[in-house]
Amino acid sequence: MSSVAMWRGCRRLWWAHSPPARLPRPPPADAEGGPVGSCGRRAYAPPAERKRFYQNVSISQGEGGFEINLDHRKLKTPQAKLFTVPSEALAIAVATEWDSQKDTIKFYTMHLTTLCNTALDNPTQRNKTQLIRAAVKFLETDTVCYRVEEPPALAELQKNEWDPVVAWAEKRYNVTIGSSTSILGPNIPASTKETFVNHLASYNMWALQGIEFVITQLKSLILSMSLIDRHITVEKAVLLSRLEEEYQIRRWGNVEWAHDYDLCELRARTAAGTLFVHLCSESSTVKHKLLQD
Amino acid sequence: MAALGAPLRTLRALLRELRHAAGRSYRDSPAYRHVLAGFRAHRVTSEKLCRAQQELHFQAATYLCLLRSVREHEALHREYHGRGERSPQEVAGLVGFRLPQQPGGKG
Repeated sequence: MSSVAMWRGCRRLWWAHSPPARLPRPPPADAEGGPVGSCGRRAYAPPAERKRFYQNVSISQGEGGFEINLDHRKLKTPQAKLFTVPSEALAIAVATEWDSQKDTIKFYTMHLTTLCNTALDNPTQRNKTQLIRAAVKFLETDTVCYRVEEPPALAELQKNEWDPVVAWAEKRYNVTIGSSTSILGPNIPASTKETFVNHLASYNMWALQGIEFVITQLKSLILSMSLIDRHITVEKAVLLSRLEEEYQIRRWGNVEWAHDYDLCELRARTAAGTLFVHLCSESSTVKHKLLQD
Repeated sequence: MAALGAPLRTLRALLRELRHAAGRSYRDSPAYRHVLAGFRAHRVTSEKLCRAQQELHFQAATYLCLLRSVREHEALHREYHGRGERSPQEVAGLVGFRLPQQPGGKG
C-alpha cells in the first residue's frame, strides 16, 4: 500500500500547488531521457522538492484580511490569487507552517495552507448548497451507523463506543438516526437530513469547506459534528473512526510503517480541519474585568 | 465538553511543540506570543464554568494535536518511506552482481 499510494498522494499535492510567489518552476525531471537519466534519476521518479527559498515569514494586514509574507514576497494561492485569511490566528498558524519547513518544502505536511488554498480557489467550484448536500449525503453511509454482527467482540466494541456518540447526536439535534447491520445501512428520515442541512447552513463558506474536509477524512458526519461541537477530542474522534482497525491491531499486532503512519496522517488532517472550522467561524472579543479589592 | 485535562499541561506541551517547529528563535515567533497571550487573557475569570476558556483550551488542544501528529508523520515518513528507489548498482548488489564497466561508455 504505502509507497505507491503515498507518492501518488504527494504528486497530486505537488501538481495542485504551483509555486507560490510566482517564482520560476524547477525544470521537469529527465522524463524522456531513457530509463536512467544523467544523474541516475528514473523517468518515473517524483520531481525534485522545492527548497526553502525564504528566510523570514511574517504576517501583514491588508484590506481583504491577513496576508502572509515570505521575505518580501506575498504568498499566493495555486490559482495566483492573493492569499488572504479572515482570522489572525489562522494567519499565524499558516505562517508557523511555512516557517517550520526546513531545507525543503513539504506541501503534504501543510494542511492548513492546503485548506486555505481550497477555500480561496474553490477548485471544484461548488456553491454553498452543493457543499452542504455533499456533507449531508455522508450521513447515509456514516461509519458509526454501520455495525457488524460478527466477530462478537467487535460488535460489542462498536455498541459500547459508537452508541453514546449516536445518542448524543440524536439528543443534540433532536433527530432520529439509529444504526443498522444490513448492507444498505440505516434508514435516515428526511426530517433528520433537513435538520442537518439547516444547521450546516449557519456556517460560512470557509467553515463549510473545513467541515466537508473533516467529514471526508473521518468518513462520518456524526463524528465530525461531535468534534466541531467540541463534544470529543480529535484523538478520540480518530479512534472512533478507526475502531475496527484498532480492534484488528490489538488482535494481530501493530505495523508501524503502515498503521502509525496512517494514524498520524489522519490525526493531522482532522486536527487541521477542525481548527480551520473553529478559526473561520468565530469572532472573539476579550472583555477585561477590573479586579476590585 | 471533551475530556481535556488541565490547561497548564496543554499549554506546556503546545509550547514545546512550537519550540520543535520553530528552532532557535521560537520565543519571538508570532505563534508563541499569540498562544501565551491567549492563555493569559482567559486566565482570570469569576465564573466557574467559562465557555470561552474551554473553547480556547479545546482550540489549543487541537492545535497541539496538529503539530504533534505532523511531526510524528514526518518522522515516520523519513524513516520508512523517504528513501526513494535503489540505484541500479544497489539492485545488482542485492544479488551479488556488479554492473559491467565499459571503457568507451555504453554503445
